[in-house]
Amino acid sequence: MLELKNITKRFAGKLILDGVNLTVNDGQILTIVGPSGAGKTTLLRCISGLEETDSGDFFLDGQPFNPVTNRNNDTVIGVVFQDFQLFPNLTVLQNVTLAPTMVLKQSKAEAEATAQRLLKQLNLDGKADLYPYELSGGQKQRVAIVRALAMRPKLLCYDEPTSALDPDLRKEVEEIILKLKAEGMTQIVVTHDIPFAESIADQMLRVEAKS
Amino acid sequence: MNYVSQILPSLISGTGTTLSIFFWTLIISVPLGILVGLGMITNFKPLTWLIDVYVWLMRGTPLLLQLIFVFYGLPIIGIVFQRYDAALFAFILNYTAYFAEIFRGGLQAIPVGQYESARVLRLTNWQTLRKIVIPQVVKIVLPSIGNEVINLIKDSSLVYVIGLGDLLRAGNVAMARDVTLVPMVLVAVIYLLLTAVCTVVLKRLEKHYSAWR
Repeated sequence: MLELKNITKRFAGKLILDGVNLTVNDGQILTIVGPSGAGKTTLLRCISGLEETDSGDFFLDGQPFNPVTNRNNDTVIGVVFQDFQLFPNLTVLQNVTLAPTMVLKQSKAEAEATAQRLLKQLNLDGKADLYPYELSGGQKQRVAIVRALAMRPKLLCYDEPTSALDPDLRKEVEEIILKLKAEGMTQIVVTHDIPFAESIADQMLRVEAKS
Repeated sequence: MNYVSQILPSLISGTGTTLSIFFWTLIISVPLGILVGLGMITNFKPLTWLIDVYVWLMRGTPLLLQLIFVFYGLPIIGIVFQRYDAALFAFILNYTAYFAEIFRGGLQAIPVGQYESARVLRLTNWQTLRKIVIPQVVKIVLPSIGNEVINLIKDSSLVYVIGLGDLLRAGNVAMARDVTLVPMVLVAVIYLLLTAVCTVVLKRLEKHYSAWR
């Protein structure tokens, strides 16, 4: 369970997040919706530790933690970026196994077995030896999801998962997110696509643009 | 033909000096260039300022002048180099500056998202650099580095000014002694061969890095 209490963030004096409170229960999906510029992505970046907050507290399973300094491998927060950010110099398999072998110190065989299983699960079998440029947008996104999952995260965050894809792939993303939910994954999805958010959300957080 | 075989040994010995300057400069100044390039993109102002001054000096004055300065100038303040060491020192300082500028450009071409995506995967800075950033930078900078490598082979002829016997000097000596242009033609052919080998190696490297985009 992830809790945020009174999270505040300013950029150059401009208030972006004004005392955000939220709770995501285990195995649930929280969607964060709102117009662009409202701070959705900033909130996600704070949760994933890419941005320092100015004030407020984070709790994971009741324990306070700081996402920026947290390097505990048991409390990983996975992130699927809007533009995926796969590593172009590594194959699909290397993209997925790099962190598990270097950070979690898994053996190459163990990491590769997990990677192959996850790739198969997300319909990416046969793609392991391709480089990212050889994949379609939807495939890249699924590799990004697999790469995040391979780190066994407590929580998986998505930044605008539908915006870089063809409209007809929206359904596919929805299915993946619901499939992961069925397996017990806790997920946070930032999107401006309200119908999409409504179809997957257990809980919705609306952020408004500050004037 | 007889004359060619007569002067060839001295030319080959000169080529040895040329190659030795070439290899050692390359082996030392490429990694140094990466380090200095990294220094240029840090937010630590005193460091970037210091590097800027260094690069400005190295690129803003002729390499020939730097060679003269190191070998004839530094002894005045008590720093004495052997001829060969002086040459190597000046070349490394000079080429590191050029390589650093090239690597800075390459490093800045890597999107911030790559660092962030490595960060959320909990890779350390060093792991990120080694596994993700450097391979991508190398691919980007390879053509520019190639240019400098070819330049370095030819620039090595500047060591004549501090009395080192390199390839060009060997040719020069033979030409002055025997009053013929043949040694210079041979010297040109040897330089062409050396740069041709470099070109082939660089092409191979570029091909190797073309497996991904």
